[in-house]
Amino acid sequence: MEIDALGQTYRELNASLNDAVQHGADHIVVRNVNGQRYIGTNLQASVTLELYGTPGNDLGAFMNGPLIHIHGNGQDGVGNTMNDGEIVVHGRAGDALGLAARGGAIFVRDGTGYRAGIHMKEYEGRRPLVVVGGGAQDFLGEYMAGGILVVLGLDERGLGWSRARFIGTGMHGGAIYLRGHVEDHQLGKEVGVSSPDEADRRAIGDAVQRYARHFGVDEKAILSAEFIKLFPLYLRPYGRLYAY
Amino acid sequence: MTMKSYLPTAFIVERDPSRCVQCKVCVNQCSFGVHYYDEDENVVKTHEQSCVGCHRCVAFCPTNALTVRRNPLEYRPNANWRSEVIEDILKQAESGGMILTGMGSDKGHKIYWDNLLLNASQVTNPSIDPLREPMELSTYLGRKPDRVEFDAAGKLKTVMPPQVRLEVPIMFAAMSYGAVSLNVQKSLARAASELGTLWNTGEGGLHPSLARYTPNTVVQVASGRFGVHAEYLRNARVVEIKIGQGAKPGIGGHLPGEKVTDDVSRTRMIPRGTDALSPFPHHDIYSIEDLRQLIYALKEATNYEKPISVKIAAVHNAAAIASGTVRAGADIVVIDGIRGATGATPKAIRDNVGIPIELALASVDTRLREEGIRNQASIVASGGLRNSADIAKAIALGADAVYIGTAALIALGCHVCQQCHTGKCSWGICTSDPALTKRINPEIGAQRLVNLLRGWSLEIKDMLGGMGVNAIESLRGNRLHLRAIGLTDTEMDVLGVRMAGT
Repeated sequence: MEIDALGQTYRELNASLNDAVQHGADHIVVRNVNGQRYIGTNLQASVTLELYGTPGNDLGAFMNGPLIHIHGNGQDGVGNTMNDGEIVVHGRAGDALGLAARGGAIFVRDGTGYRAGIHMKEYEGRRPLVVVGGGAQDFLGEYMAGGILVVLGLDERGLGWSRARFIGTGMHGGAIYLRGHVEDHQLGKEVGVSSPDEADRRAIGDAVQRYARHFGVDEKAILSAEFIKLFPLYLRPYGRLYAY
Repeated sequence: MTMKSYLPTAFIVERDPSRCVQCKVCVNQCSFGVHYYDEDENVVKTHEQSCVGCHRCVAFCPTNALTVRRNPLEYRPNANWRSEVIEDILKQAESGGMILTGMGSDKGHKIYWDNLLLNASQVTNPSIDPLREPMELSTYLGRKPDRVEFDAAGKLKTVMPPQVRLEVPIMFAAMSYGAVSLNVQKSLARAASELGTLWNTGEGGLHPSLARYTPNTVVQVASGRFGVHAEYLRNARVVEIKIGQGAKPGIGGHLPGEKVTDDVSRTRMIPRGTDALSPFPHHDIYSIEDLRQLIYALKEATNYEKPISVKIAAVHNAAAIASGTVRAGADIVVIDGIRGATGATPKAIRDNVGIPIELALASVDTRLREEGIRNQASIVASGGLRNSADIAKAIALGADAVYIGTAALIALGCHVCQQCHTGKCSWGICTSDPALTKRINPEIGAQRLVNLLRGWSLEIKDMLGGMGVNAIESLRGNRLHLRAIGLTDTEMDVLGVRMAGT
């Protein structure tokens, strides 16, 4: 089915999406999306949304299942505290991408802003995946407690995180994979750098394969470049601050 | 190289040998390793240097053989270099860390409740006897509309924002699973449901066994976003965004990895054994507009059916911040004063950051009234409220309801020894050690809490009756029922209270 979002407030649009899902819609195309926030937040189902335009902040906040394609750019907080589902951004995404996510997957064709993957988590079988095609800015993966964050640096400037600083500050779980090189001064004190091992390469291969499938690009060309792995040096980065 | 500790013993443990029967109850009860049994001599002995003054052994000694008192050891008197100051320096010189502590500040920054006195009726406006006349303690939390409209038949036309009815204006403050034990949360939840009030999960997620208490549950969304997911929000009566806490305004928190057991990990939805880090700010809130974004994300996620509460620490600009918070869409604003407690915080923060709840509460209530938006949110006061009189005074200063945390823990057995951060709580409250958490029986715990609030309710009804009002709502913000003693003009001005005798 199709919904025209033109002139609708976010409350109206999200209510009509929810209503459509309640009535059994499993594939909804939304036209003229223009800044409406929280799309997908209140949908408790495995529905597919195709958004055309520019959705507002907190797209898919607390999301628990839907698949969302954004044919346009995402704003701040895409997949904020997401639990399950998938978000595919056919464009770029703003700040705090996948903030505190603990499940699901996010694919961004181009670059993203500050604090991507910040405080992502994992537990038991849940492990969020965030793949950014372009570059990322400062505080990438800060406070990360779990999950997989992949940055491919495919944007026109080449390795798009080359100016990002404080990468992985306070990281205490999960893994960050960067395609290319990173300078030591760009890294937080709590991360180490290594070459990917067998398991890492499988994780990278899987992430890149899904990315390539979503955006119709050549998987092999992406994988032909070197990747590095950033990992937490400590499970408890701040365990020695206190006197008892 | 080991360094000799220069720290003196804090407590003296005296055992009356004529009473002690070597039953070893103290040995088993002490979680700090003070008492031990010497088999060769058949005598129970003590490592006094480990004693924290929690009185667990004293309470359980069957022959009353034990006394615990402060070590009378005295330094040369010095107003600046007091014993606590000296010992803090020694501790830091020996460890190189921030001094961590638990509970609320013990510094006694002016406790304004003690300088406020309640009114009573005499002759005119006669008092009301609560034993034979109805006395209403119930109240409703949530945004109140600016005006209400009725149709011709007298039916309410205005769509009311979500309201939560409290049978008593006293709720249990946020204490997370991980900080306190599951049995403590069970006691609180069960008591709240029996009393018709709310308990608060804190920021550590909701354990599945507590989901049945949904109608009485406040769930918290804090900077760590632990356990926040769709079902968590569904399992709530109120959703509370935690911005700050009175015991540690402006700073985050670290639940140490050793407390992140399997069960805590599942409830917080984080990896087992890693520190649970609550960052200082929310990473998506850098302004009032951002706060509004999260408030409305939660409203969308809960279909606008639940009030959204925002908890802030009482800080210098509390009034302006509360105003922004209400304008951002909060239905309830919680203000937590400097005496509010915590499971762990640097002592330098606990004892030096923030302001007393009385001043913040009065200034927030005044500010919201002046701006004509007081109806748009309920105000909840918290932070070291000790008894029914503190609560009555808080309501007279403008609170709709209060949170109690420490008082509730004391009801469960807490002796305020300030060792919450060690995870060794001998009373089984602030610990995740399975052997210790068994010391709280949720059924008995709930009963103790219900008893406490029953006692306080009776006292508040007596106070109301004495004032000649028959509903807690008639006392709310009615500062004419308060008078001050021993306060300066400026203090009385901030509190909006007149001097006693005038």
